[in-house]
Amino acid sequence: MSVNNNVLGLVFASLHDSTVIELTKQRTMGSIMFGGRYRLIDFPLSNMVNSGITQVGVITKSNYGSLLDHLGTGREWDLARKQGGLHLLPPFSQNVGEGVYRGRLEALNNVWSYVEHSKCEYVVLSDCDYVANINFEKVIKQHMETEADITVVYGKYKYSEESGSCVDVLEMDEEGRVTAVLIDPLLSGECKISLDMFVMKKDFLRKLVKDAASKNQYSLVRDCLQPKVKEFVIKGYEFDGYFSRIDSVKHYYEANLALLKPENRNQLFKPGAPVYTKIGDNGPVKYGLEAKASNSLIADGCIIEGTVENSILFRGVKVGKGSVVKNCILMQGTNIGADCSLTAVITDKNVTTEDGRVLTGSDSYPVYISKNAKL
Amino acid sequence: MNAKKKVIAMLLAGGQGSRLYALTQNVAKPAVPYGGKYRIIDFALSNCTNSGIDTVGVLTQYQPLVLNEYIGNGQPWDLDRMYGGVHVLSPFETKEGADWFQGTANAIYQNMRFIERYDPEYVIVLGGDHIYKMDYSKLVEYHEKNKADGTIAVIDVPKEEASRFGIMTCDAENRVVRFTEKPKEPESTLASMGIYCFTWQKLKKYLIENENANTGSKDFGKDIIPSMLANKERLFAYTFDGYWKDVGTLDSLWEANMDLLSPSVPLDLYDPKWKIYARHNNMPPQYIGETAQIENSMITEGSNISGKVDFSIIFSGVTIEEGAVVNYSILMPGTVIKSGAVVEYAIVGENCTVESGAKIGISPEEIQNREDWGIAVVGHNVTVSGTAVVKPKEIISENV
Repeated sequence: MSVNNNVLGLVFASLHDSTVIELTKQRTMGSIMFGGRYRLIDFPLSNMVNSGITQVGVITKSNYGSLLDHLGTGREWDLARKQGGLHLLPPFSQNVGEGVYRGRLEALNNVWSYVEHSKCEYVVLSDCDYVANINFEKVIKQHMETEADITVVYGKYKYSEESGSCVDVLEMDEEGRVTAVLIDPLLSGECKISLDMFVMKKDFLRKLVKDAASKNQYSLVRDCLQPKVKEFVIKGYEFDGYFSRIDSVKHYYEANLALLKPENRNQLFKPGAPVYTKIGDNGPVKYGLEAKASNSLIADGCIIEGTVENSILFRGVKVGKGSVVKNCILMQGTNIGADCSLTAVITDKNVTTEDGRVLTGSDSYPVYISKNAKL
Repeated sequence: MNAKKKVIAMLLAGGQGSRLYALTQNVAKPAVPYGGKYRIIDFALSNCTNSGIDTVGVLTQYQPLVLNEYIGNGQPWDLDRMYGGVHVLSPFETKEGADWFQGTANAIYQNMRFIERYDPEYVIVLGGDHIYKMDYSKLVEYHEKNKADGTIAVIDVPKEEASRFGIMTCDAENRVVRFTEKPKEPESTLASMGIYCFTWQKLKKYLIENENANTGSKDFGKDIIPSMLANKERLFAYTFDGYWKDVGTLDSLWEANMDLLSPSVPLDLYDPKWKIYARHNNMPPQYIGETAQIENSMITEGSNISGKVDFSIIFSGVTIEEGAVVNYSILMPGTVIKSGAVVEYAIVGENCTVESGAKIGISPEEIQNREDWGIAVVGHNVTVSGTAVVKPKEIISENV
């Protein structure tokens, strides 16, 4: 673990917001709710903490109120510390006119003084669009051993053109060196895709950031990795565990329901590598006299009087008597009245439905109900 | 110099809880799990923080390890304060020698220096083994309004149960005229809840006198209250009308858990204005399997349920396999009930394994002589083999 006192974690909490525009209307990527009691940023943060990284900067952009509320002092991730700990890095307009960055390198240029002043030799970068339980210690170790300039974490993924936007497909030689980076290529089949997690030396990153700034470039992938695969030694690190990619509402829906399969759930929630999140201090789940629940993931504070099947219920959800909830994702504070029927529905926070409402989506196109809606 | 505190609380958490047998072999009674995700002490600590009391001394003595670790710096209850906060107070050694806490009054006496640091006007003395939600600030208000020296929280109990309690007899102004411990023929039905508010300077005088008198018991109910009454100090009874349950016995612990499932019991764990806080352990949400049948139960994080669960309280990280049956029972954290095992009217402690075929407890309807019926109890870290039968009223604390 001691080696990682030498590592700074940087989490980009606001990249990819536009891919799930419904869910990021009132929040940013990192604060999208996931898996019953988590927000997406919990995964990269917990990964870093579980890898012994105790200094983490969170780079945000816009709509970050809910993110700030969620992270607080970082105590729940054990990152409320005198040395290192959690630092929130909202846009800072010293270097760029409007302070709102366009890509990772520009974002890093804005907050470079923080990175510069942290006592570290290596940096680990992670976005919030992949949900995985990954140990960065192994990635850092490989990075040191191979003496690569950049190590990018990749996973094997069934890719097709419809996979979503901004998928970075990697081509590699036999030694694991990246030979090409393709963004949304016209391909289909199993590909190696970047999980948007990178390891490099701070000094190397500084060069990339400053060089990009001087040329008005901003994208790590488009302006650095893609054109310079020959110049830089970019190595891949294969992550062979379970991961899911959140790049559309449909994929968000599928990634949540995928947790109902024990093989997926057991890889994401592993003993020894817990996923930390803000504590809600809710009571246990209460099942009423006529409650029926099956194949569902249910967070504390829920009160179930009706039937719940194949669903994910976040904290404090109420399902009234006679109501049937199937294949749904009900976010925190959703209140379903009596005798309702919901199938393939995603309700955002604090949605309430009156008695007898019927809502039906389909697995390929779930109905999304926005935050605080009253039906 | 920090400002003085108006009110501080002293929580008596030293009790061995000998009547909880198998559940308190390695932990103090206040650390016994309750209600799916709490420990008994969470109620008193949450009441303090919700009542605006930010300085709490927790007096421990018996098996304090789990309790110390659980309380930690007090952060889960918002009691990690710069000045004040929660402090665990264990017996210590002085120039005169070392002493265990000898009684409730002696425990406070030995920690007078802690209290004096905050120079409080009032000290609230609490037990650590009751389940209730109470706004102590109202108790203090009432105490101030009456210009009282001591105020004792009381609850109206059924006449037939009154002889189990310390009973207060009051005048029309609620001033206490008589206090009788466990009277055979009770004069009133106002029972002391073991919750006191004292004007500190007054209490201090009586603690010192009691210590010097060396009565042997050094107890609030046996010594302090009677001598204050004898000296015509202003003692008042504050009537509490909410839910309050002493969980000092295995039966009452089981009942208090079952009370949470009764719609007529006014103990709401879901009130956002009066949350009960607890230390958490970062478990994923509970997974309810395809074959699960759950009715009228409370289940918490990290559990994995595929069996049949009825009228039960299931703590974190419990596994109930398909084909297992759990009725009217309490399963504490980390316990595994294998397929084919039946657990009825029972308390099963932490990290137990109940093998396939085991039978723990029985429904009262299935037993001829009701005198023979009682809940079955399995202590912590016990493996119950597939051939084992744990009878009603039986208490086991070793593998069977």
